Amino acid sequence: MDRRTVLKGLAGAGSLALTGGLSAPAIAQGAAARTLRFVPQANLANFDPIWGTQYVVRNAAAMVWDTLYGIDSSFRPQRQMVESEEVTDDGTTWTFKLRPGLKFHDGEPVLSKDVVASLTRWSARDPMGLMIKALQQELTAVDDRTFKWVLKQPFPKLLYALGKNNSPCSFIMPERIAQTDPFKQISEYIGSGPLKFAKSEWVPGAKAVFEKFADYSPRQEKSSWLAGGKQVMVDRIEWVIMPDPATAAAALQNGEIDWWENPIADLVPVLKKNKNINVDIGDPLGNIGSFRMNFLYPPFNDVKARRAVLMALSQEDYMRAIVGDDNSLWKPLPGYFTPDTPLYTEVGGEILKGKRDLDAAKKLLAESGYSGQPVTCLVAQDQPITKAMGDVTADLLKKLGMNVDFVATDWGTVGSRRAQKTPPGQGGWNMFHTWHAGADCVNPAPYTAIRANGDKAWFGWPTSAATEKEVASWFEAKNIDEEKAAIGRLNKAAIDDVVYAPTGFFLSYTAWRKNVSGVAKGPLPFFWGVSKSA
Amino acid sequence: MLSYILRRIVATLPVMAIVALFVFSLLYIAPGDPAVVIAGDQASPEDVERIRQSLGLDRPFLVQFGSWVWRILHGDLGTSIFTNLPVSAMIGQRLGPTLSLMIVTLLLTIVVAVPLGVVAAWKAGSLIDRVIMGFAVFGFSLPVFVVGYMLAYIFALELEWLPVQGYTPRAQGFWPWLENLILPAVALGCVYIALVARITRAAMLEVLQQDYIRTAKAKGLGQGGILFIHALKNAAVPIVTVIGIGIALLIGGAVVTESVFAIPGLGRLTIDAILRRDYPVIQGIVLLFSFVYVLVNLMIDVVYTLVDPRIRY
Repeated sequence: MDRRTVLKGLAGAGSLALTGGLSAPAIAQGAAARTLRFVPQANLANFDPIWGTQYVVRNAAAMVWDTLYGIDSSFRPQRQMVESEEVTDDGTTWTFKLRPGLKFHDGEPVLSKDVVASLTRWSARDPMGLMIKALQQELTAVDDRTFKWVLKQPFPKLLYALGKNNSPCSFIMPERIAQTDPFKQISEYIGSGPLKFAKSEWVPGAKAVFEKFADYSPRQEKSSWLAGGKQVMVDRIEWVIMPDPATAAAALQNGEIDWWENPIADLVPVLKKNKNINVDIGDPLGNIGSFRMNFLYPPFNDVKARRAVLMALSQEDYMRAIVGDDNSLWKPLPGYFTPDTPLYTEVGGEILKGKRDLDAAKKLLAESGYSGQPVTCLVAQDQPITKAMGDVTADLLKKLGMNVDFVATDWGTVGSRRAQKTPPGQGGWNMFHTWHAGADCVNPAPYTAIRANGDKAWFGWPTSAATEKEVASWFEAKNIDEEKAAIGRLNKAAIDDVVYAPTGFFLSYTAWRKNVSGVAKGPLPFFWGVSKSA
Repeated sequence: MLSYILRRIVATLPVMAIVALFVFSLLYIAPGDPAVVIAGDQASPEDVERIRQSLGLDRPFLVQFGSWVWRILHGDLGTSIFTNLPVSAMIGQRLGPTLSLMIVTLLLTIVVAVPLGVVAAWKAGSLIDRVIMGFAVFGFSLPVFVVGYMLAYIFALELEWLPVQGYTPRAQGFWPWLENLILPAVALGCVYIALVARITRAAMLEVLQQDYIRTAKAKGLGQGGILFIHALKNAAVPIVTVIGIGIALLIGGAVVTESVFAIPGLGRLTIDAILRRDYPVIQGIVLLFSFVYVLVNLMIDVVYTLVDPRIRY
């Protein structure tokens, strides 16, 4: 018996004497073992995966809502809610049949009309969905389990779009919920996934609870990311929101939580020393650091100025500022695509390799006509990653002889200011820092940041006809060889025009108690297959 | 007295109106945009604009302010932009933990700080006085989060006496409720204890030099009776004042304490709302806090009449 038990006993007795009541009974060990307590990367502030596209929402939604297809660890879409599909020879008409016995959490069967409404809502918000919508002739329910999608021309990546894990995923909801305006939030959280959302227990900013859905019928195949049999091994999953990493680390060591999604690098050595804790890379697809330059205004409206910055930047400096001295956590990235994935390429990436040539960069900058005007650099100080990168960039620009207007602010302000197209001195900007999940950079489909279609492109509004041409080539590619060739050309074009500046590839850890097993590596935390012993 | 209380309550209305206008204006001109946060990092500018329109954030200032005031007058604090839940319900969810933390901290402070201040005044200039005042300086100087981490390390990680984090509602038992509040209350209470102990000492020093104390001593009253019955009651007005002011400190300190100990209270709700620019939630919380502050000041004024019969309203 330890002192804490004695204290509890004394206090319990005191409480009994004072209040005449009984303390709540302790949770039985078996029940505790059936509850997995998880600290997510961020607060689950809303729970509509189409309206709010934050990763944390997607991660929670993947438990509650199922998808027609699911991407596996080989990046291939596998059938999930779908039993079979047929496509006409011209590739324009797809007919899908749903698996029998699929049910929503309210007990209603999943029908084709639910799928049609869900896909309609999703395709209004998702970049791939919008592309499909532009080609769509009709999307209709044929019968309760069959639906048909007719396109004006083939879209070879259709199944990938339906199974991708990038936000927003094409989650299937009941028709009455899916008919909500995609720009307005839903208020019912009914899915057909392996876990139910306990709305009554949701305390946004503190706790979210998911309960095992007894009527879920998992596929028979082995689970792999969003594909295969989603077997839930615990009765209840509690998401505990902890804004303070030190508290999360202490709670994990103390056994008050079971799994911490993303411990910060500073605390990992402490966790690794604890014999009750496993620490490993959580998401092998990692992240790509970046800063974007505004193509609309000098100096970065000139490709020479952008290339000068690229020529001078040292990715090692950026990566060490983010992850410290742990060399296993970062890689140089002479390109735009996620390392160790099928389409990874370094074609055209020479400018980012080898010894940095500051003198040549200065010369190129001078050729661009840069004459000392302030460069407004937005840096969110409340995000450790952007703060670290911002400090390195400020130093880099000064070394290049640029006049840096360093705007230290918070992420909320960067988020709104980066959308301003006004000149830098009038509320606009010249550069801002961010990072991209590696899962979003495995191919051009979910990769908004690589697009260079000017006014329609992501913030910075890059224009590069060559880049856009190769994005289209990838979408039209009929096999992996064609895809690889297109991606090689795309990488070169994007680097030549400096669509954005990649600052390197970095990974992060995840940590869990040793009585938890089945934690899989992947782009999001997968809760199926995870079990916990007492 | 009753008419005084009513007059004071009525007088809070213009104060609240000014607070409301100030908060709304401040948020309107502050940089940042909730639509951007909602839309996510990959959203297009058009998506952000659509969301802004659906939230009504594209409307002119006066229209937004007018509709907010209209709702407030109907007892509706609005709906959170992010959670789609009523602000009053969100505040209701968070009120229990914050109130619990403040009550335990307040009790701890009064139980510890007042006797410490009294003893320090009684033994003024002695080693005991210096030790107590040294502790007060220590309590003042250490930030709440540093004390919090130290306590969590010693009492949760090393000794394993208490949990690191979390909150258990009172309905689930007294000890489960209390064990989660001990470390946060001590961390939050340090500054407060230091403040109250110093004020108590100063007030007591003044009172202990009064003639009636000398008379009490001459009559042969015991030291305890002199200190705690005769002297403390007469020194109570400044002590009550500083305890009241301290409640404002507690509200501020709760923000940090609740983050360090992962307590799902109003402090964390405030921070989350500010970082995401969840305007209705920020406005609701600030209104609530300002109302509480006005109410606490009123309570202090009422308590004055109880501790000093000469005070009449």
